Amino acid sequence: MVIVGEKINSSNKKVASALEKRDAEYIMKLAREQAEAGADYIDVNAGIFVDQEAELLGWLVKTVQSHVAKPCCIDSPNPDALEKALEVHHGQAMINSITGEKERQQKLIPLVKYHQAKVIALCLGEKGIPETADERVQIAGAIIDLLQQEGIPLHDIYIDPLVQPIATTPSAARVALEVIEKVLRLYPEVHTICGISNVSYGLPTRKFINAGFLTMAMARGLDAAILDPGDPLILSSLLASDALTGGDSYGLKYIAAFRKGKIK
Amino acid sequence: MEVIKRIFEELAEGEADKIELLTQEALRLGLAPEIILREGLIAGMNTIGERFKRGDLFIPEVILAARAMQTGMNILKPRLVQTGIKPLGRIIIGTVKGDLHDIGKNLVAMMLEGAGFEIIDLGIDTAPERFVQEVKDKKPHILAMSALLTTTLSMMKNTLECLKGEGLKDTVKVMVGGAPLTQKYADEIGADGYAPDAVSAIAKARELLNLR
Repeated sequence: MVIVGEKINSSNKKVASALEKRDAEYIMKLAREQAEAGADYIDVNAGIFVDQEAELLGWLVKTVQSHVAKPCCIDSPNPDALEKALEVHHGQAMINSITGEKERQQKLIPLVKYHQAKVIALCLGEKGIPETADERVQIAGAIIDLLQQEGIPLHDIYIDPLVQPIATTPSAARVALEVIEKVLRLYPEVHTICGISNVSYGLPTRKFINAGFLTMAMARGLDAAILDPGDPLILSSLLASDALTGGDSYGLKYIAAFRKGKIK
Repeated sequence: MEVIKRIFEELAEGEADKIELLTQEALRLGLAPEIILREGLIAGMNTIGERFKRGDLFIPEVILAARAMQTGMNILKPRLVQTGIKPLGRIIIGTVKGDLHDIGKNLVAMMLEGAGFEIIDLGIDTAPERFVQEVKDKKPHILAMSALLTTTLSMMKNTLECLKGEGLKDTVKVMVGGAPLTQKYADEIGADGYAPDAVSAIAKARELLNLR
C-alpha cells in the first residue's frame, strides 16, 4: 500500500502562512512527521498562490527533500508550476494530476515522459465529474490508452475514481468503489489511488467514515491513498486492511507497526 | 397558528412531503401566504441555520431541510406573486468559469431564497461576460459567485474587472464564497463581502443591503 501524506497543502491556513513566510522549519516538520508515520510520498501543493505557484512549488520540493529522503507527489494542474517543481525534484516524482481534459493532457504528458514520473489520472472529463461509475471508467480507460501510446508504463499510472462527500452526494462512495473495481478488472496492471478525507465532509467525527471508506476501497483493490498517516485510526485501519487483503502477508507490517506503538 | 408551528418544527426533519401537506393545509385554513412563508418556512430555516452553526445539525440535514422548504415555497410562490409581496432583494448567483461545483452554490441559493431573497441561478461554469450581461439585464442588488478550486478563484477577479470595465461595479454588491476563499482574498479582489458558509451568506447579504 502506497501512502501519500496530504498535509503540505496550501488550502490549510497554517501551511499557507508558512508558505508566505517561507517558513522552511514548519514545512520540514510536516514532511518529517509524515515520513516517520509511514508516508511513501509527500504531497506538495501551493495552489492558492496563483501568481507565485511555480516558484513556491519548487521551493516546497527543495525544502521537503532537503530534509526527508522521500519523493514528492506534486499537486498542481499548472504545467509551468509542475515543470519548476520537477526540475528540482530528486528521484521518481508523482504528478498529481492529469484528467480526461485534452488541453491539460497535451501540456502535462510531455512532462510525465521527460521526467519519467508516475502520474495520477482523475476520472474527470471535459464536462466535469460524471455521475455514473461506467462513465468514469470510460474516461479512465481513454486516459490509460493514451498514456500507453505515449510509452508511459502501466505501473506508473494511478487512477483516482474521485470520491465526493456522501453528505451531499449519497451515492458518492458507492460509485467510487465501483470505479476502482471495474478499472482494475479491465487494467489489472494500473494502480488506483484516492484522497480519503473528502468522503466525510460535512459529517461529525469524520475519522470513522474515512477509515470505513478506506477499508472498503482496499477490499476492492485500492493500493494507494492520499491521507494523513499521523492519524492513528486511519493508519491502523490501513495496516489492518493491508494485512486482510494480502498486501501485507502474515501481517508482518502490522506487527512491526504494533511494536512501534502505531496501532491504536 | 398550530399548523405554522408544525411547519417550523417539521422543517428540521427534512421531509419534503410533510412540508408540502402542511403548507397546503395552512393555505386551506385561510392563512396568508406571507405569514406561512415568514413565520413557518423562513423562521424554520433560520433556526436550522443557527443549529448548523452551533454544530447541532449537519450538512445533509440542512440540505434536506432546504429542499423541504423549497417544496413549500413552490406552493406559496404563485400566491405571493398575486398578493404582490416583494422579496428582500434580487440576487444573481453562479459558479465561476471553469468550475463545475454546484453543491455549495445550490445550498447558498436555497438558503438565500428561504431567507426571502429572489434568486436567479446561472448554474456552473459561468463566464465573466455572462455574469456582466445578466447584471445588465436583470439589475440585481447582489451578485454572488462561488469557486471551489484554487485554479478558478481568479475568475472572480476577472468578473469584477469586467464589471468595472462596463461601469457596473457600483450598481451591484458582489459577494463571494467557496472552500479555498478567505476574507483576505475577497478584499484583495475588491469584493464587497465574503461568507464562509451558507448561513453566514444570509447575514452577509442582509448586511450588504442594509437590512436589519
